[in-house]
Amino acid sequence: MKYLDEFRDSALARPLVAELQKAVTRPLRVMEICGSHTMAIFRNGLRSILPEGYTLISGPGCPVCVTSASHMDAFIAMADRPGVRVAIFGDLFRVPGTDGSLANASSRGAKVDIVYSPMDALDLAVRHPEDLIVFLGVGFETTTPGIAATILAAKNRNVTNFTVFSTQKVMPPPLIALLDDPGLKIDGLLCPGHVSSIIGAGAYQPLVDKYHLACVVAGFETTDLLNSLILLARQVGRGEAKVENTYKRAVNWEGNLRAARMVDEIFEPADMEWRGLGVIPGSGLAIRSGYADFDAVVRLGITLPAAREAKGCRCGEILKGMSIPTECPLFNTRCTPGTPIGPCMVSSEGTCAAYHKYGRD
Amino acid sequence: MSENKILLDHGSGGLASQELISSLFLKYLDNPILRSLEDSAIIENQQGRLAFTTDSYVVDPIFFPGGDIGKLAVHGTINDLAMRGARPLCLSLALILEEGMDMADLEKIIISIGEACRASGVPIVAGDTKVVPKGKGDKIFINTSGIGIVSDGIDISSKNARAGDVVILSGTMGDHGITIMTRRAGISMQGRLESDTMPLHTLVQRLLTEIPGGIHTLRDPTRGGVATSLNEIAANSGLAITMDDQALPVRPEVRAACEILGLEPLYLANEGKCLAVVSPELAQRALAIMHSTPEGREAAIIGRLTAGKPGRVVINTPVGGSRVVTPLHGEPLPRIC
Repeated sequence: MKYLDEFRDSALARPLVAELQKAVTRPLRVMEICGSHTMAIFRNGLRSILPEGYTLISGPGCPVCVTSASHMDAFIAMADRPGVRVAIFGDLFRVPGTDGSLANASSRGAKVDIVYSPMDALDLAVRHPEDLIVFLGVGFETTTPGIAATILAAKNRNVTNFTVFSTQKVMPPPLIALLDDPGLKIDGLLCPGHVSSIIGAGAYQPLVDKYHLACVVAGFETTDLLNSLILLARQVGRGEAKVENTYKRAVNWEGNLRAARMVDEIFEPADMEWRGLGVIPGSGLAIRSGYADFDAVVRLGITLPAAREAKGCRCGEILKGMSIPTECPLFNTRCTPGTPIGPCMVSSEGTCAAYHKYGRD
Repeated sequence: MSENKILLDHGSGGLASQELISSLFLKYLDNPILRSLEDSAIIENQQGRLAFTTDSYVVDPIFFPGGDIGKLAVHGTINDLAMRGARPLCLSLALILEEGMDMADLEKIIISIGEACRASGVPIVAGDTKVVPKGKGDKIFINTSGIGIVSDGIDISSKNARAGDVVILSGTMGDHGITIMTRRAGISMQGRLESDTMPLHTLVQRLLTEIPGGIHTLRDPTRGGVATSLNEIAANSGLAITMDDQALPVRPEVRAACEILGLEPLYLANEGKCLAVVSPELAQRALAIMHSTPEGREAAIIGRLTAGKPGRVVINTPVGGSRVVTPLHGEPLPRIC
């Protein structure tokens, strides 16, 4: 398959593995920010061939995992309201709030529809004029432009029963919050591919300037990852810090300006609560007042309930890269993909799910 | 009376039920045993041990590229019998219909069941129909049970797998699962996605007769996919399984759809594939037999049983790394990004 097979070719990948061994001249710690990278690294078996001294830490880049318990509680409470039909991406279905999940709400009669795109949620609104559709916006820059486009489409088509509950998040602010934490020691960042296609590789330059970090934007296939891990090791070995981009088939320096303009038309920066990280100023996106008719928070008068996170769950520390799943007392005991306690286990992108699925010995 | 919809009367046992039996079931599924319309079917004395299985089918959508719920109900139960080395003899067919279902849809399904039975040589010999009020079901649910005969000397079980045995998959992975998921999602793809639903008993009988003793285990990797079935084989045999990533047969369009939805072909349902655990010295022979049949023409050796950690399934990746393959937890859900 074009754009896949070339990047998974073992004849190309094997020499890169040897190259990676040579590239590591001193121990280094690299954070892979994106949940899809965490999964891809495991799926390719890259952890099993990492050179001695190369440590990969999983960061806060799984949108489901960083959704706060209070947001989940608000989602579930909303789904339980009569006349409301909630549309979600599949990952969110089993995420636990303080008491149960959307799956539990669905089993007691709440209308919860799994969709593959926000546009599907708009179609749901047209098909169900009797319900107020609430699309749960849980994601990073990758999904925001699609949601913005859907709100514009709803406006143009005069669909009045379509709304979005935005917990959309943006990427550089949580990294800054993490990097300001003296407990976190890292040398470089494996920067997300999909998010960077929107925000551009240039978005990481401020991190290079302020924190002297090696930054490499990577795709998700075998050779993408190997190549990026090599470049990171070389930068760290030489004491360099710069932004490099190995995912040029999707990512440029400026990003997708058209998408950014559309997002800016609909959304404005807002403070946002992250699971495990707390409220980070300017790390989220709220719907502008000009589009309040499409804002579920306004239409339904939602206030966030106070929530407590599951006792013993270390998702917070894991999201900060300060703990690994096997150090959590719940991991693979009470918390499994079948009975997840923390969000890092429930999402297929989650660090705990990745460790469970691929990382066992 | 509206003739083109299923009514509660059709499940009453009265006149409407009789009409359904004569105008649909006997018309399309006719055979001497069914025609007798007795309370139970008598199957004449057979030589060998009996295999008996049952399965229910609730697939949505009920019609999909490559098949429908009726074909699936015939093939699924035949395959469950075949996976123990049994020669399928006959099936029962129980329908639970939702009031208001289109009669034309029911007729299409019964025609399809009739075709599947004739093509596989396994008749429906007993049946039942119930109708539930609108909203209490979802168009149609089907249960089929099946009886088969296991010849003397045949012993197919996941407990029989031995270290060194070779794992053959009879064709490409994930065709059925991805077809259903993309249909549900309303995603249309370039190229043809189509369910692989088909009966495997003929293929299995050839393997059992042409290489006696060579086949140790058979499994049809339906829900949970190849990954889950291999985990079951590893757990039941107390052995480990090592697979080669690049040996796994997947159709390009299936792979493309999986990439889009964030799914792994290893975890998707198949309805016309089997995993065969074969003595190493007979593996090439088994593969050649499969290749000579329409059901197994894309068969491939995908792995090997080893004396490693009991129950563990490992896949070797193209870069020379490895990863553990766990069984499926819950329904596969599409991911966000």
